[in-house]
Amino acid sequence: MQPVTEQPQLLEIRGLTKSFPGVQALDHVNFTLHAGEIHGLLGENGAGKSTLIKVLTGVFRRDGGTIRLEGQDVAARDPADALSLGIGTVYQEVNLLPNLSVAENLFIGRQPHRFGLVRTGEMRRRASELLAGYGLDIDVANPLSSYSVAIQQIVAIARAVDLSAKVLILDEPTASLDAQEVETLFGILRRLKSRGIGIVFVTHFLDQVYAVCDRITVLRNGRLVGSRPIAELPRIELVSMMLGRELAAEALHRNQRPAVTGEPLVAFRNYGKSRLIEPFDLALRPGEVVGLAGLLGSGRTETAKLVFGIERADGGQAFVDGRPVRLATPRDAARLRFGFTPEDRKTEGIVAELSIRENIVLALQAQRGWLHKIPRAKQDEIASRFIKLLDIRTPDAEKPIGLLSGGNQQKALLARWLATEPRFLILDEPTRGIDVGAHAEIIRLIERLCEDGLALLVISSELEEIASYSDRVVVLRDRRHVRELSGDEVSADTIMTTIASHS
Amino acid sequence: MIRRHLPVLITLAVFIVGYLICLAQFPSFASTRVIGNLLTDNAFLGIVAVGMTFVILSGGIDLSVGSVIAFTGVFLAVAIERYGLNPYLAFLLVLGLAAMFGAGMGLLIHAFQIPAFIVTLAGMFLARGLCFVLTTDSIPINAPAYGQITDIAFALPGGGRLTFIAIVMLVTFAAGIVLAHFTRFGANVYALGGNRTSAELMGVPVGKTTIRIYMLSSLLAALAGIVFSFYTSAGYSLAATGVELDTIAAVVIGGTLLTGGYGTIIGTLIGVLIQGLIQTYITFEGTLSSWWTKIAIGALLFAFIVLQRGLSAASVRSRST
Ligand SMILES: Nc1ncnc2c1ncn2[C@@H]1O[C@H](COP(=O)(O)OP(=O)(O)OP(=O)(O)O)[C@@H](O)[C@H]1O
Ligand SMILES: [Mg+2]
Repeated sequence: MQPVTEQPQLLEIRGLTKSFPGVQALDHVNFTLHAGEIHGLLGENGAGKSTLIKVLTGVFRRDGGTIRLEGQDVAARDPADALSLGIGTVYQEVNLLPNLSVAENLFIGRQPHRFGLVRTGEMRRRASELLAGYGLDIDVANPLSSYSVAIQQIVAIARAVDLSAKVLILDEPTASLDAQEVETLFGILRRLKSRGIGIVFVTHFLDQVYAVCDRITVLRNGRLVGSRPIAELPRIELVSMMLGRELAAEALHRNQRPAVTGEPLVAFRNYGKSRLIEPFDLALRPGEVVGLAGLLGSGRTETAKLVFGIERADGGQAFVDGRPVRLATPRDAARLRFGFTPEDRKTEGIVAELSIRENIVLALQAQRGWLHKIPRAKQDEIASRFIKLLDIRTPDAEKPIGLLSGGNQQKALLARWLATEPRFLILDEPTRGIDVGAHAEIIRLIERLCEDGLALLVISSELEEIASYSDRVVVLRDRRHVRELSGDEVSADTIMTTIASHS
Repeated sequence: MIRRHLPVLITLAVFIVGYLICLAQFPSFASTRVIGNLLTDNAFLGIVAVGMTFVILSGGIDLSVGSVIAFTGVFLAVAIERYGLNPYLAFLLVLGLAAMFGAGMGLLIHAFQIPAFIVTLAGMFLARGLCFVLTTDSIPINAPAYGQITDIAFALPGGGRLTFIAIVMLVTFAAGIVLAHFTRFGANVYALGGNRTSAELMGVPVGKTTIRIYMLSSLLAALAGIVFSFYTSAGYSLAATGVELDTIAAVVIGGTLLTGGYGTIIGTLIGVLIQGLIQTYITFEGTLSSWWTKIAIGALLFAFIVLQRGLSAASVRSRST
């Protein structure tokens, strides 16, 4: 690796300040990006990473500070302006336009045209050419929504780079990619880097930081903690920079416990739905954590949806406390005191306009029926308890949840189900987009819940993590439950080999 | 490919089936006379529907179009008959006024982030109110230019006539298709309907596009108003009430999603023709009250909305992992 500091300074931010009502999101932050480097921007949920990016790209106006691009003072008025200055961004929450074709997404606003008419053929040809440079061979006339998130992500990057080839900013681009897709993405980033593009990369995955970044900058509570070359930064030091406290290595691991015995709380026999997931058997005892592991698309989320009644099984039987039950809708599931936190918090869970308090009590209120309104004092009590318990970073519980940082929204969603005191809880990627500190807390929380007799079904792509807290792990492949690991078999290695093995 | 065009294909299938049913009962449906009339009678509806398609594609709605049609008629009648204005000058004037009116609504929607529903509802009352300010009577228009224009028609083989106003409608549709599918403006309209925030972040000029969309809608409503005044040769304050709803129905039956982002102009043309077909059938039938038109359209609309929900749910499911 070449010493990146010798490259010219591309972007220089000094004393950047931005506050929202009640929050100092950025407090005199400095940040320097060199040409041809990949720069990790790290920090806990709500540290101000997304805000920094949005100020830089003109989504928000800054309160103070200077931004220099190649020595020139710049102030982007809006993202389009930032693009024309040379700063391209792939944002955390929203990206492209799912209803437009891939080609249109790449070229909107600058379609090749003649006599005022768009030359569609020419546009498609160029789009195919552009994507071929990223190793992508797809029909660019199809709507973007017909492709996977990974492909959409690459399209977004291709667009940003093609538009402005100086600075590329990626806000948590890997959150919903699987391991192989992440590798592809990294290949692309390295190639762009060698072309002299400066890349800002926001992520919560430390492995990824060490895999691609040259330098990192850490923010905490809107302040700059430090900026260091990654080569000379031990992992544990990085973590303590992020948290501002020492995180014991074992904090991420669950205490060794005796195997759970007793009658199953919930059981599914020969449960399945054609075309969605093959029939499976699954049983959970009180206090037990069962992990679902497998690649994206292996049927993990489908299993969860079936078990929670979002999809209706077309075969098999479900039992609670040994008695057969009807489980055709999420309402049935809620009545049986099941809980479910979905994977895609943006589209499936959060009601952005409602306050944090309202979002937290939503499931509980629905369970009690809308006629029996939970008294306000009780609502406040519940909300503040969970805000404290999960360390949700917010000035108060009345803020619209949409204004929280991505990871904090995720925590609030978890709080919603915990508030209902479920007996059986399904968590789909509970730690996605959540920082290390909160990670550990969520795992500890899972532990505590189990001691109270909760049965938990957890889906996660992080094998280490799933191995650390699960009593048993079900491995899925191609929409089938292929194997159940228990006892000493539960380890990241075994899970990996099971996923990879052919049968 | 097929999946993408499914809504339009279904609309087309409904039209063909409907036409065949009509044909089976009344063989004269094959005559160019009936077809010519179908086009002429629905010309004004078609023209507004083109504008409405743009509005709905962008995720908005325009409730003011019926009132703008009425206002146009009243304005023309008053300007031409009372003040002796040259009809062609009056046309230009009213088109200009309407464009300004639409741009104003678009500006309000964008600048203050007020839902289009509310702004255009206010626009609807405003334009209707202005009609009554001008006159409360129905004023016949007798200008010779009107006679000349309505006389323009191409004879079709078989006794039918392709009238001038039908041609205006077809040209409007052709222009709409080009505008929607082959210009940057068109792509921006779809972008707005797909996701406003994304569109903004991608550098789509949201404000400018919003203003132009409502400007276009009002402009076409005024054009429809002119055509309507050829058709009725009068201006009347209470004319074209509820036309906004017929228009929205035509757009939705034409396969455009009410939530925006998906749809085509050609689908709207078929949607308009389906409505016309139902009306013609009921006229031919003779014993049915004209309210059956509304009932049939209501049922169709309902079926189409359910169908669209089903289709979009199916496409989401086919993609999820
Ligand atoms: N539009 C807004 N209005 C009010 N407050 C906001 C707004 N956007 C962000 N904030 C607040 O600013 C702080 C920083 O948020 P930001 O989104 O930058 O965090 P982040 O570092 O990106 O976190 P995450 O890792 O969870 O995405 C948070 O406390 C958040 O609630
Ligand atoms: Mg963020």
